[in-house]
Amino acid sequence: MEQFQELLSANPLLLLAYLFGSVTFIMGLKMLSHPDSARKGNLIAAAGMIVAIFATIFLYEYKGQEGQPVKLHNYAWIFGGLILGTIMGWMAAKKVQMTAMPEMVSLFNGMGGACAMLISLIEFRNDSLPPTGKIIIIVLGMIIGTVSFAGSIVAWGKLAGKIKDRTIPGGQIINFALFAGIIGLSVAVIGHFVPDMPFLFYGILILAALYGILFVMPIGGADMPVVISLLNSFTGVAAAFGGFLYNNPVMLTGGILVGSAGTILTILMCTAMNRSLKNVLIGSFGAQNAAGGGAGKEQGHYKEISLTDSAVLLAYAEKVIIIPGYGLAVAQAQHICHELEKVLEEKGVEVLYGIHPVAGRMPGHMNVLLAEADVPYDKLLEMEDANDQMGTTNVVLILGANDVVNPAAKDDPSSPIYGMPILEVEKADHVIVNKRSMKPGYAGIENDLFFKPKTSMLFGDAKKVLQEMVTELKQL
Amino acid sequence: MDQITVFFNGNYHLITIVILSVFLGIEVISRVPAVLHTPLMSGANAIHGVVIIGAIIVMGSAHEGDYVSLVLGFLAVILGTLNVVGGFVVTDRMLEMFNKKKKKK
Repeated sequence: MEQFQELLSANPLLLLAYLFGSVTFIMGLKMLSHPDSARKGNLIAAAGMIVAIFATIFLYEYKGQEGQPVKLHNYAWIFGGLILGTIMGWMAAKKVQMTAMPEMVSLFNGMGGACAMLISLIEFRNDSLPPTGKIIIIVLGMIIGTVSFAGSIVAWGKLAGKIKDRTIPGGQIINFALFAGIIGLSVAVIGHFVPDMPFLFYGILILAALYGILFVMPIGGADMPVVISLLNSFTGVAAAFGGFLYNNPVMLTGGILVGSAGTILTILMCTAMNRSLKNVLIGSFGAQNAAGGGAGKEQGHYKEISLTDSAVLLAYAEKVIIIPGYGLAVAQAQHICHELEKVLEEKGVEVLYGIHPVAGRMPGHMNVLLAEADVPYDKLLEMEDANDQMGTTNVVLILGANDVVNPAAKDDPSSPIYGMPILEVEKADHVIVNKRSMKPGYAGIENDLFFKPKTSMLFGDAKKVLQEMVTELKQL
Repeated sequence: MDQITVFFNGNYHLITIVILSVFLGIEVISRVPAVLHTPLMSGANAIHGVVIIGAIIVMGSAHEGDYVSLVLGFLAVILGTLNVVGGFVVTDRMLEMFNKKKKKK
């Protein structure tokens, strides 16, 4: 009962602050899941976090050597770290381009994982022969924190284009061996079976880091959001282990909430792509492609279209649906895209946007991007609505989207994306595809759409092409 | 085994919190429109920054002469703060855009 009493004997104000923190986290998450209240929910959770942090700094007491309560000290270090972290975090978050948001989330997630890892590391250094319960918590917190840290950094590197997808031969066997190694060493450390504890402990650290890297490495970029969401819930669990370590209710509720909500969110994201989590983690796009791509399906010829021709086609259409994808985000072409929409509307063309739920690198990525360019909300059609309107559409303009319009998802059962709902652009009269090259999309699969008779290719960087198109249109 | 029983007894209330929080987390976000997946993930990301509290405790209870602990703790505080501040600010920036278009409607 010792640990529970410690919690009760804490300063009632501190406990109240923690209770407040926990409640704001719950409310924040709840409000974040509704569009109207989302922003307020985020701010409420942030307020709760600030209260919990400052209450800890000033009110927390730990047990000293004679069991007497001791206030925290080293204030200079604490505030130094807080200020430095705040400045760096604030600047990074404010400066980041909307397109790079996913990477940023992954990076911040990795920082949280690293923080949990360091806490375990320090606690272990302070007391390398703690009671079994405590050592289990320290070891588990470190493993999960480290996996999350290493995995998030790889995910960040992949999204930022710094790390390429690669399948490691025998990757699954290596991962399994690493996993077994981690468990073996953990049991040895927890059970005090060997005298050389620190050595083993750091061994676990290294294995966990390797595991995190190899776990994310072969997963294709298109699946990165799912992986980030999963790692996000990992970090939540790592934070919760910290809560156990310090009998800290706010760390516990915050961590576990994120752990469970994050897991559900991960599953929701998979459902949006019509795939199972297992499928994402084991049968990664990259690996399947290596096996299935060898078949080398006969590809026809694709047809190019000039800028002027596409401008004419668009100007004389009655209804145009624009389908944005990651290419638009990369080219930062959302503003000029809005401009094109306005020019076309002046010419009496009805312009709508078809938004696939997983277009871009994250669900909702395109909504955020187009909202930044002030595209009116009611012009953004969700996938089902867009598909209903395709039949009456004259021209579909695809801007840097690929996998979300790939008909293979509907009619090729051997395709890795088979079963994913897509935007059925073929129902429209004409399809203009703007891409930088014929290179396959992020899932690494060929797109038959480009070879269909209705489809014309318009190569070039989305921003440049759209700028020129707007100029053309104004002259028409 | 004895130690585990002792641990369970000693932490019974914490374990209860864990179990209830699991259900709460599932309940709270079971119906979310796809548009909000990214901001929600980002918001949840900021909330697990609560691990910063552990870093503060470790830092604040380190012996003044123990430089390894001080430096590692300092690093942990910075990383945790990055997670919290960066997480909330990024989420707010994403959601700011949703609000903007609301006003125009």
